[in-house]
Amino acid sequence: MSDKLIHVQNVSHSFGNTTVLENVNLTISRGEFIAIVGPSGCGKTTLLNLISGYENPSSGSISRNGKLRMVYQQDGLLPWLTVIENVGLGIRHLRDAEEKNRQLKDAIELIGLEGFEQHYPHQLSGGMRQRVELARALTGESDILLMDEPFSALDYLTRIKMRNELVRLLKERPRTVILVTHDIEEAAQLADRIIPLTTRPATILTEKRIELEKPRSLTDPIVTEAVHDLLISLSPGSLPATEKTGIKAEEN
Amino acid sequence: MHQTGINRFQRRVLPLAVLLFVIISWYIISLFVPSNSVFPSPVDVFFGFLEEAGSGRLANDLIASLFRVTAGFFLAVFLGIPLGLWMGVQPFARAALLPTINFFRNLSPLAWIPFAILWFGIGDAPAVFLIFMAAFFPIVLATIAAVGNIPAVYFRVGSDYGMNRWEILKNITFPAIAPQVITSLRVTAGLSWLVVVAAEMIAGNDGLGFAIWDARNGLRMDLLVSGMIVIGLIGVILDRVLVQLTEIPSIRWGYER
Ligand SMILES: Nc1ncnc2c1ncn2[C@@H]1O[C@H](COP(=O)(O)OP(=O)(O)O)[C@@H](O)[C@H]1O
Ligand SMILES: [Mg+2]
Repeated sequence: MSDKLIHVQNVSHSFGNTTVLENVNLTISRGEFIAIVGPSGCGKTTLLNLISGYENPSSGSISRNGKLRMVYQQDGLLPWLTVIENVGLGIRHLRDAEEKNRQLKDAIELIGLEGFEQHYPHQLSGGMRQRVELARALTGESDILLMDEPFSALDYLTRIKMRNELVRLLKERPRTVILVTHDIEEAAQLADRIIPLTTRPATILTEKRIELEKPRSLTDPIVTEAVHDLLISLSPGSLPATEKTGIKAEEN
Repeated sequence: MHQTGINRFQRRVLPLAVLLFVIISWYIISLFVPSNSVFPSPVDVFFGFLEEAGSGRLANDLIASLFRVTAGFFLAVFLGIPLGLWMGVQPFARAALLPTINFFRNLSPLAWIPFAILWFGIGDAPAVFLIFMAAFFPIVLATIAAVGNIPAVYFRVGSDYGMNRWEILKNITFPAIAPQVITSLRVTAGLSWLVVVAAEMIAGNDGLGFAIWDARNGLRMDLLVSGMIVIGLIGVILDRVLVQLTEIPSIRWGYER
């Protein structure tokens, strides 16, 4: 009945004496695309592991409604399985062989890898591998997609292509998405809500909403402005003074 | 993997040229050493080989040696891999057993020859025992290491997609360790082939190792050399056969990075 799929309440988490997350509150509704951004080591993966239930928080509570699928930072494909076998992991218990084949065919078509069904991951480029990961996570029933820096191992141009690919896939197969990334641009192009984590112990200070149709152009003023604001809130000294004033002048 | 600067033709011809050079040099040297009971010529060896092959002794010895290697090696594989798996996943078992396994791994299997004869007499059994002692410990250690090298993300993917413990063992652990374990099987199969020759020289009444020892006792150096050549060639063929395992598509990935 609830449209709140994920509810994180007063969550803190420590490894030994190191407090990684402090008093994090977060509610995510069905259909939202959330991006969690922050510098390396600030606790993004930890937060995702807590949300997925892989780890239990030191204090606070987390509730989740619906089935989760995880897309990993790198090389989450099983290298001894072909593309089609990897994609089919989530529906391997399906009895109806015809239905299963139809779903697999759809998934391969969706990511445009027709002809690569029998290839192994090591025979694919990084971008193709990540598309297979997405197809695997989107095949079969699921509600929530958790993605841990899914494109961070790719080169810049491939990364931009994959963002558009993800938008297209989600139009076909709507999911609630939590994307963890250190790439602010990626967050601004993809997310409805961006949550910046501060450095350790990480907590949520502000959040930024972006109401703009997707796919979004990387150079859309709303996107570039969001990048600018996020840079300032995450790392105040990171922009040269001239650029700050330059943008301010434009805005006026 | 890829040799550069050498074309296919050269890759075929260069080894043959070296082989030809070795045989010709061997022949020339044998002309200057008159006694062929000390230094047989390639021609002597060739006729010796025909004699052994014709009498059926060569086939007998070959089968005896291959049987012993197969028996000892497979025994080591079927006991060593499960033990390695168990030690790989159970820190308790690893802590308890690793020092002992390491000790035996570093003890030459040939040191067991006296006991092999004392306990098992002469024939198949002592050779199988020695081969087992040579192959078992390295296989256990390689399997433990392979289990330790499995990236954690594979297990997470397994449980994300609802695999139970048995499915994870069958669908994640086994395929993940296969490339590394196969590499160790190639090494230990080669080791087994070395050991069977030594075992038969001392504790055999047939087999290729016995054949060359017997040839030496009969001062038939031509037969000795022909036996040596057969032993070397079979060793190469065994390795070529095991290399085929690394070409299996679902295993190939392990050698591509
Ligand atoms: N299992 C763990 N044990 C101890 N420390 C950990 C563990 N996992 C993460 N950490 C520490 O917690 C901090 C946050 O890690 P992580 O969530 O992986 O950061 P991010 O994903 O933002 O780069 C890091 O300082 C890391 O060293
Ligand atoms: Mg991380």
